[in-house]
Amino acid sequence: MKSLLIKNGRVIDPSQGLDDTLDIYISGGLIKQLAKNIGKKAADVIDAKNLIVCPGLIDMHTHLREPGREDEETIYSGTRAAAAGGFTSICSMPNTRPICDSRTSVKYIHSRVLELGIVHVYPVAAITVGQNGEEIVEFGDLVDAGAIAFSDDGRPVMNAEIMRRALEYTAMFNAPILDHCEDLNLSDEGVMHGGYVQSLLGLSGIPGAAESTQVARDIELLEFFGGRLHICHVSTMASIHLIRRAKKRGVNITCEATPHHLTLTDMAVKESNFDTNTKVKPPLVSEENRQELLRGLQDGTIDVIATDHAPHTAKDKDLVYIEAPFGLIGMETAIPVLFTDLVHKGIITINQMIEKMTIHPARILRINRGTLKPGSPADLTILDPKKQYTISSEKFFSLSHNTPFEGKKCRGAVDTTIVDGKIVFSKGKIMGNETV
Amino acid sequence: MDEKKFQKTLEKLADDILKEFRDDPNFVLIGIRTRGVLLAQRLLQIIKARTKKEPPLGTLDITLYRDDLSTLAKHPIVHATTLPFDVDEKKIVLMDDVLYTGRTVRAALDQLVDFGRPSLIRLAVFIDRGLREYPIQPDFVGMKIETKQNQVVHVCVPEVDGEEKVIIIER
Amino acid sequence: MKFHHKHLLTLEELTREEIELILDNTTGFKEIFTRSIKKVPALRGKTVVNLFYENSTRTRTSFEIAAKRLSADVINFSVSTSSVQKGESLLDTAHTIEALGADIIIMRHSCPGAPQLLTRHINASVINAGDGPHEHPTQGLLDAFTIKEMKGRFEGLNVVILGDITHSRVARSNIWALTKLGAKITIAGPSTLLPKAFARLGIRICTNLREAIQGADVINLLRIQMERQRKNLFPSIREYSLLYGLTEERLKWAKKDVLIMHPGPINRGVEISQEVADGSHSVILRQVTNGVAVRMAVLYLLSGGEEV
Repeated sequence: MKSLLIKNGRVIDPSQGLDDTLDIYISGGLIKQLAKNIGKKAADVIDAKNLIVCPGLIDMHTHLREPGREDEETIYSGTRAAAAGGFTSICSMPNTRPICDSRTSVKYIHSRVLELGIVHVYPVAAITVGQNGEEIVEFGDLVDAGAIAFSDDGRPVMNAEIMRRALEYTAMFNAPILDHCEDLNLSDEGVMHGGYVQSLLGLSGIPGAAESTQVARDIELLEFFGGRLHICHVSTMASIHLIRRAKKRGVNITCEATPHHLTLTDMAVKESNFDTNTKVKPPLVSEENRQELLRGLQDGTIDVIATDHAPHTAKDKDLVYIEAPFGLIGMETAIPVLFTDLVHKGIITINQMIEKMTIHPARILRINRGTLKPGSPADLTILDPKKQYTISSEKFFSLSHNTPFEGKKCRGAVDTTIVDGKIVFSKGKIMGNETV
Repeated sequence: MDEKKFQKTLEKLADDILKEFRDDPNFVLIGIRTRGVLLAQRLLQIIKARTKKEPPLGTLDITLYRDDLSTLAKHPIVHATTLPFDVDEKKIVLMDDVLYTGRTVRAALDQLVDFGRPSLIRLAVFIDRGLREYPIQPDFVGMKIETKQNQVVHVCVPEVDGEEKVIIIER
Repeated sequence: MKFHHKHLLTLEELTREEIELILDNTTGFKEIFTRSIKKVPALRGKTVVNLFYENSTRTRTSFEIAAKRLSADVINFSVSTSSVQKGESLLDTAHTIEALGADIIIMRHSCPGAPQLLTRHINASVINAGDGPHEHPTQGLLDAFTIKEMKGRFEGLNVVILGDITHSRVARSNIWALTKLGAKITIAGPSTLLPKAFARLGIRICTNLREAIQGADVINLLRIQMERQRKNLFPSIREYSLLYGLTEERLKWAKKDVLIMHPGPINRGVEISQEVADGSHSVILRQVTNGVAVRMAVLYLLSGGEEV
């Protein structure tokens, strides 16, 4: 493997509390040295002047759709979309067809990634067989096969007893449970956030309580029975309040929020004239809720930013609002949107953004990523915070285009993505086609 | 044309019409909205003064019969057409302010014919400015003038324009 | 005044002036009904397609008559009879219809936003004949026209909309039209069927019938649907009728010259009694007539030329 020298970049590594102009020397696929003015010779040199160099970003919530819906996304296209989005490690959610609930499924993903993926993929396995909410999976066997965490995402685990047993059992292993919190009886036929906008539009609403009642339940179960729990895609202020108080009490809970929940509201449904690229679960919420999410970001209640990248074909999304599937892609829009609407607006610092996309997810997943400590695998992302960039889904490497940010003019983009010391994405292009 | 000439022209029109229809019980007057109606009302006053009788007056809104509806960007408001009589067997004098291409009269004829079968229709116009595009000719004319395509002829009436006169504007 | 829109999808996006323009035109169209030849050539040669995904003989027929009176050719596409049952998507159906030469598509669908989706993919003009609980613009317009005809004004008028507001497109369209025109609106019904968020629009919300219709100039009654009862939004038809049914006796709480309106079809004995429906305050049949005139005005205004 070739050696690589990255010079003059502003190196931000929250895992080491670093924020300084430094050179980074990489060789043998590992980070060898961080220092000022490294004089070493390297096979490749990147001049990162005016750019930000940080640990490779981690997206702990993506849907790669393979096996089963290769028309929406594949491991090939999904990992390239990840690389273009600046992500060097991603978690793949198990609601594929068939559901990833057995050793064979995990092995299948591993082999496909080996064959044609270009970033690290950590498969998440289901909590229940077939995600049916009734019968727990072989957690031990799955961990042994390589599952990094467990989730029935796409669906909640409605039965509290099942969730209790899952929490108790997985406590034996290093794999957290990632919960999609939604009371299906409350959300019922709802297709958007229940509130003022929904009343005007005459669509069925999903009350914020559908999420927070499940979050409250999960926190109670955690406190009673132990285990490790991470709440996926938090979206309401009620949930934030619950999680904040739980953390104060010392409960072992973490949570994530998506770029679309942090920057859009339910008004988008109306303003876009019922564009189904605003249809997602949990739904885009009211401004009041969104403001609390931002406070949660700022005070650390929200640990992670993850995209919940959920590809759907145009054919599937181009239906009337009620019939279209829920879900938005997000890997290739995350960085430009976060820069433009959060960092440049002074809501969070770039250091906070990087922290929530590197060391925090790495710790939750217990993987050796998200850091530039010498000796670590050379996964790095180079960001250009000033680059003018208009989001254009036809340029995406994802097979799908279901984004609410089409045409958005942004300032800030991914410059280069490096995985195990190899450049996989640079200045708009996927490099080579070597696999990890 | 000034106010005095205006009045004289109207009286001449009225006299010409009365020559043919003075004692005819089936004679009716129909004005084409909007100015044709206002002029027809004036004509009616003169006829009443001369004969002590007032023939029925109808108003025609020809908007829905125009031949240029699909190309119009600005939609004229559709007003009611009021004909307080049965059109069958009547001798109609149709009145408009300016006869130009003839298209308005064509629309008016199509519309009248949808109401029934008149005995006859005569056309009375205040000003005939020539430049016909359809084979339509007036039976009674107030005044004939020669104009060019780029000119606009306005018949001004007190109800709408504040005074009585006829002006020609270059575009 | 120009009517700037290529489509009529919502009343919410129209200005007060645009609504008044449509109402002004409607009078002229209503006069055509009194002629023996009830036809004018305004839309001659144009093809109007009724694309109805929900059953509705009343609205569909009203649009059909309106289009035919304007000399347009009318085609009716009903879901049950077309290939939609075979799984053809809305967009495929729309493209097929457009390829057949449709100039105007009148669409009714159970999902809010369906007409908006259509406009993103075809060139024809689209009229929303009802998109789920969202809006029913021509109903809102004909209701406003009826009020104007009977009362002569909107400013300061007390209009009460009574019934299942949450699921009513008629309510929403009425609210937009009448608030823009200056009327004061009260919505009334069981609390499970009233969207509280509407208070933000300056609308009075009431759950007591007497309180709601005290001094009302207009009462617009909505039909109560059985599906809502099955979802436990109210306990029974009997209870609904007890609390909110409008009878001759209760009518006395309103002003002496109150107008009774209803979009139809009526549930006699449920939201309205036989006597009130047939009584002197009722303008329900007038609404039907006005519906055709309003739809003629809308078709006329939408069929014009391109904006300069």
